[in-house]
Parts: sequence; structure tokens; C-alpha cells
Amino acid sequence: MISVTNVTKRFGDYVALDDVSLEVPDGSLTALLGPSGSGKSTLLRIIGGLESPDAGSVVVNGEDQTSVPPQRRGIGFVFQHYAAFKHMTVRDNVAFGLTVRKRPKAEVASRVDQLLEIVGLAGYQQRYPSQLSGGQRQRMALARALAVEPSVLLLDEPFGALDAKVRADLREWLRKLHDEVHVTTLLVTHDQEEAMSIADQIAVMDHSRIEQVGSPRELYDAPATPFVMRFLGPVTRLGEQLVRPHDIALSHDALPGSAEAQVARVVHLGFEVRAELELGDGEEVAVQLPRSEADELELAVGDIVHVRSTAMPSAPADPVSA
Amino acid sequence: MTVDRRWQLGLRAVALAYLALLLFVPVALIFYRTFEHGLGAVWESITTPAAIHAFQLTLEVTLIAVPLNTVFGIVMAIALARGDWRGKGLVNALIDLPFAVSPIVIGLSLVLVYGVHGWLGGALADAGVQVIFSLPGIVLATIFVSLPFVVREVTPVLKEVGDDQEQAAATLGAGAWTTFRRITLPSIRWGVAYGVVLSVARCIGEFGAVSVVSGKISGQTETLTLLVEKRFSNFDLAGAYAASALLALIALATLLAMTAIKPRREEGDA
Amino acid sequence: MSAIAAPSSVRSARRSHSGALGLGLSTLWLSIIVLLPLSAVVAHSLDGGIGAFWDAVTSRQALAALRFTVLVSLATALVNVAGGTLIAWVLVRDRFPGKRIVNALIDLPFALPTIVAGLVLLTLYGQRSPLGIDIAYTQMAVVVALLFVTLPFVIRSVQPVLIELDREMEEAALSLGARNATIFRRIVAPNLVPAILSGAALAFARAIGEFGSIVLISGNIPFHTQVSSVYVFKLIESDAPTSAAAVSTVLLVVSLLVLLAIRGLGRWGARHDR
Repeated sequence: MISVTNVTKRFGDYVALDDVSLEVPDGSLTALLGPSGSGKSTLLRIIGGLESPDAGSVVVNGEDQTSVPPQRRGIGFVFQHYAAFKHMTVRDNVAFGLTVRKRPKAEVASRVDQLLEIVGLAGYQQRYPSQLSGGQRQRMALARALAVEPSVLLLDEPFGALDAKVRADLREWLRKLHDEVHVTTLLVTHDQEEAMSIADQIAVMDHSRIEQVGSPRELYDAPATPFVMRFLGPVTRLGEQLVRPHDIALSHDALPGSAEAQVARVVHLGFEVRAELELGDGEEVAVQLPRSEADELELAVGDIVHVRSTAMPSAPADPVSA
Repeated sequence: MTVDRRWQLGLRAVALAYLALLLFVPVALIFYRTFEHGLGAVWESITTPAAIHAFQLTLEVTLIAVPLNTVFGIVMAIALARGDWRGKGLVNALIDLPFAVSPIVIGLSLVLVYGVHGWLGGALADAGVQVIFSLPGIVLATIFVSLPFVVREVTPVLKEVGDDQEQAAATLGAGAWTTFRRITLPSIRWGVAYGVVLSVARCIGEFGAVSVVSGKISGQTETLTLLVEKRFSNFDLAGAYAASALLALIALATLLAMTAIKPRREEGDA
Repeated sequence: MSAIAAPSSVRSARRSHSGALGLGLSTLWLSIIVLLPLSAVVAHSLDGGIGAFWDAVTSRQALAALRFTVLVSLATALVNVAGGTLIAWVLVRDRFPGKRIVNALIDLPFALPTIVAGLVLLTLYGQRSPLGIDIAYTQMAVVVALLFVTLPFVIRSVQPVLIELDREMEEAALSLGARNATIFRRIVAPNLVPAILSGAALAFARAIGEFGSIVLISGNIPFHTQVSSVYVFKLIESDAPTSAAAVSTVLLVVSLLVLLAIRGLGRWGARHDR
């Protein structure tokens, strides 16, 4: 388990992390999710020992590692741009951590082969990184990090430099790998879909702070702040409330709590229909509903309908207008 | 790798000591020794007729050699960066030769072609043209040694910028000359400027090739660098220092220009 | 590189007129200025036949000068490898007041006339040396002069590579357990080697032909501090152009070989780039 307690980090006048605390359970895949500049990479690097905090502590498996240098933390680190040792073969790259620890040649060779097998690069031993695709380089980087059997695996936007399709494939593959290898994994990303699809637990960060920590479901259904709500999914305003577009019910008749609105635009996206409605006071509301419902209502531009939120009453109020 | 503080300071100390002993102190000393006897003596020393002539000659030669090599440099750079032809390896080797060949060999080569017993020298002498021991010889030597600078600075800039803009201009109806003048030239101007500054410094500073080719006739074929040597040989140390200080000042001005232009080179656009 | 190529008709039309003319004229210029004179050197070296060529090149003084020149140039290249790499490292990775000025001054040997460089070094390390170090007319003096004029080569060759070096490679090595010495040895240095060698080759090429900075401080003592370029100069002055051409041809061949090596090193260095 990783316990980050009250960590603060400044770069000159700029506060990158402001009194941040986080617990990462053993064997979990936790995502640090947030926009650029939220501090997530800095937090990851502090946990990995590549930066040191100005205040606070990092305790890993009961050991205070706050001032332990990165070489001795037993962590594996994977970088966004692969950080491949471009002058070494794939084999030498993956073997690096083991040769630094002066392991016997036979052990190194078999471990490298085993790892390359796991990451799907068997037979690529003698190639150079420049001969590999981006996805292959990142898989090599993972094999390299895993070679020394780290207790913690840290990934800094590992798929950020890859094409969309490769990114999607690799993220699924990473989840499967994690299910097999069970190393405590911490992943930094700005892509909410990525975090939602593979993480056990997500820590949402903004402006050097952690806004909320929870499972993907918890964060989506019960966001603690408007920021979290906006970051994790589509949002629209109905009166004073922030609501998910699919949590709005439309009806031809007035119902308790409903408001009147005129349909301004209807977009058909296969099974889903998105409608833009204009309320009496001129405010716009976005609504998402299944095609069957839209057909049933015979939704058309110009219609007057009634809108009502079906969300849980604890949806956060938006104190500042969007 | 973050280097240990002690190592960092140690490395810095060694580096700065090396540079001080080899570069800073010697150059500072020249200025000190020059002005040791006062400004007046220095001024007199660099305004003797021989000195003034040397300065004028050096300037004249530079003003001929640099523009010629600049035009060559730009044209050749375009051919190298945009063209598709065989023999680029050979041409590149020829362009690099002035960097690698000894100035004495350069001087000799010119004598063997343009000297009275050289390949073309006889014919030229009959036509009344004297090359060796005269201005044309000095100019040819200076052109030779400063040939590569503009071409070597502009070629990578042209490659980096790419020919998208030039193609766009062509589709909009611009002819070759217009495209060159309004699109290509502005994109390479800092590369050209840097190359020109380096060429000028090289022209002013040339010594070896000019030693062979000029005859060192005071007041006629003696450049500033030759003047420094002459004065030293005549035990006029103060005079040699004065001329050297002048040349060093020009060098520092060159350095200033280089430092100002260097970061702009890679910009590639207006 | 353009993502969308212009139709080939547009490209070839443009190229055929102005392109060919430009290439033709500039190649002509190059040939007249460089190729013609240098061919004359090689041609004239054989004026007295192969025998005379061989005698000129293998005379005691010629061989002594050549041996000294090569040795002293190699020494210069080696010192530059160590010193230049160190200075490049400090300029890229360290911070101190005045660093930008120091960085700019590195190019001074490029800008300063060689004869002035020679006089400058003689002032500090000659008879009237304020430091009390008098190495004038010694072999050491030649080395010092060469170190001055070749100072920028390795530094300017290594600097861009160091700047471009992926810091994350070093961090990855850190996270994998390597200490600084290992990181330097296995990660940084291998990536610097091609640039260091290129710079050293350039320094070597410059050193073997150097004249102006050596001619004052070395005393040009035959069999002791006389370099090949000075020997050739002496031959020219004693009206022995054929012998001068012969020795020059040898120097030319060495220069060409070094140039080829530099080009090869450039390609070798880029082999892992993508």
C-alpha cells in the first residue's frame, strides 16, 4: 500500500501540489486523472522518487520512502515518450535493471525472454527501438520496468503519444496484464475514458489538489464537486442544478417539478438521440435519450415539451454560472 | 542524472580554469599589453600609412570575396537542398575541402595555377594580368578559404523549412524568380546572415594562404594579418600588438554578431 | 517534408530551368575556385616523376615534419576529447553567473585571425610571460597553439547532442537502480561518442594544416618543432615548388580521408534516430 500524506511541492512561486494526501491499496490499479497542470505527473514523480516534496511524506508498504533515492525504491517507471535506450537492443533495454544488479547472465537471459513473451515481443531481442512502432516501444518499456520485479508500477501518461486505436488496444492490454501480474499500479492520465475503463480507483486532481477519490462508478454517479462532474462526463444545467443529459426525462404533459422547454435541435446518433432544448428564460438544456423514447415522444424541432431531472437529489449545485 | 554538488563544482572549476588559461587570459593580456603605453601610441601605430593601407586592402578583399561567396552559397544551397541530382557526395566533399586543407597548400595551389609558370599564369601574364603578388591573387585565396560558410549555414535551414511554401507560391502563379525573392530568401535570411558573418571573419583573418600568394609588399599587397607578422619580425612588438588589438576588436564584434544571430538561424520564417 | 506533393509536372518544370542553371553555375564556380587549384597541386607534384615525388615525401625533414605534425595533432584531438566534452557538459548541465558570456567566447578561436592567436599565446607563454611560464620554441608550444585554434570543435559538436539527449532515459535508468557513474557510462556516453569523434576529427583536420598560430611561437626548428605546413612554406620560399607540391599532396590525401571519416561518423551517429 502507498500512503501519501500532506505532500506539498513548489517550483519557485508555482505550487504544483498543495497538501495532497492519497492512499493506494495493494495490488490495485489506480488512476490519477486530471487536466494539464493539475499536478498529477508531479505527484507520480514524487512517489517514484524523481522529485522530492517540500513537505509531507510517502510511505510504501510501511517504509517511509520520502527521502529514499529512486534507485532504491523498488519502483518501475514508464514514461510518456518511452525513454527507450535507443543505442541498445530490445534485449539490453529490458535486461538493464538486472545487469545493474549484477545478476548472472543465464538468469538475465531467461527473465528477458520470459518478459518479452508476456508483452508480445518475443523474437524482437536483437531489434533496436528505432525499428519498433510506438506501441511496441511502450510494451518494451513495460517489460523493462517489470524486469526488476518492482513492488509498485508507475505510468506517466503511457499512451499519450500513441494513435487512438493503439491507445485503446494497449489500455485494455494493460488491464489484462495487471490482472495477471497484480503489481500495485498507479497511472497518470488526462483521458477520463481511459481512467474509467481500466482503473479500480480514480483520484481526480485539479489545480494541485485532489478533488475526489473513488471507484469509477462512485465518481460518475456521486461527484463531490462540479469540476469532478464536468470532467467525468457530459453535464448540463437545469435551473440551479447540474445534471447528466441522460438523467433528464421528457414528457408532453406537465409533471411535478418539470419546466417547459422548446425543442431547438434534434440529432440522431444511431441508437442515441441528442436534443437541445430552450427553456422559458432562454437557457439551453442538453438531453440524451434512447431512440425508442425519442420515437415514442415523436420528438421534433419546435415542439413544446416538459423537462424534469431524474438524478439523485445530492447532485452538486453549481454556484457559479457555466 | 543529478550530479553530486562536489562533482558539479569540481567540473565547473576545471572547465573554467582550462578556458581561462587557454582563452580568456591570453586575449585579455593582448589588450592590456597594447594599451600599456597609452591610447596615443596605439592610435599612432594603427594610423601609419602602411597600417591604413593594410586595413583598406583587407576591407577591399573582404568586400569582393564575401558577396561572391554569398551568391554562390545561396545558389548551391538551393541546388543541394531542393535538387535531385547525382554527385552530391562529390560536391559536398569539394565544399568541405577549404575547411580541411592547410592554408599553405591553398596558397601553393594558386601559385601553381596563376603564377608565371603556372597553368594559366603564362597566358594571363601575356594579357597583362598579374595575379600572384597582386590583388587578384589575394582575392582568390580569400575566396577559397571562405567558400563554405554561407552554403553550410543555408543548406540545413532550407532543408528544415521545406518547400511547402514555395509550392504554394507556384500554385498561386508565382514564377521562379518571384518565388525566390519573396518566399525563399526571407526564410533563409538569418542563415545567410550568420554565414556572412563567419565569412567576413574568415576573410579578415586569413594569413597562411595570403602569406604565400601576396609577396607581402608593404603598402601594396600587405593585409592586416601580414602587417602583424611583419611588425613582429621587425621587433616592433608594440606595433604588432596594436594591429592585433584592432583585429581582436573586430573578432569580438564578429562574436557579438554571431551570438545575436545564432538563435535566429533556426527560425526559418519571417 | 511536405505531406502533399505538388504534381510532378509543377516540380520538374520549375527545376529544369532555374535549377539546372543554378547548379551548373555554382558547380563551375566551385570547380574554378577549389578543384582547379588543388588538381594543380597533385599534377605538379609529379612534374619530376614518381622518383622525385617519393624523394620529396620521404626526405628526412619531410618525414620528421609529418611525424611531428600527426603526433601533435593527435595529442590535440585527444586533449580536446577530454576537455571539450567536459566543457560542453558544464555549459549544458551547469548554471553559474556569466555562463552565457563564457558560452559565446568559446567561438572566439573561430573569429580570431590565427596570427593574432599566435601572438596572444606567445605573450602569455613566451619570454615576457607574466605567469613565468616560458614554453616558446618548444613542442609544447605547438600543442598549446593547436589547442587554442581547435577549442570550439568538440565543444560545439557535443553541445547540441547533450541538449537533445532525452533526460527521461537517464530517469528511466535511475528508476531501474543505476547510480550516476553507471548512468554516465551506459546511457550518456554511448550517445555522445559519435559527436565527440566528429569533433575530434574536425579538430585533427584543422590541426594538421595549421600555420598562422604556430609560426610565431614554435620557432619552426627543423626536426623539432617544424610542422608540415611550415616545411611546405619553406620549400615554396626556396623555390622548390615540385617538392612542395609533393608534400602538399600527402597532406591533401590525409585531409580527404579525415573528411570522409567525418561524414561516415555523422551517418553512424544518426543510425538509431527515429
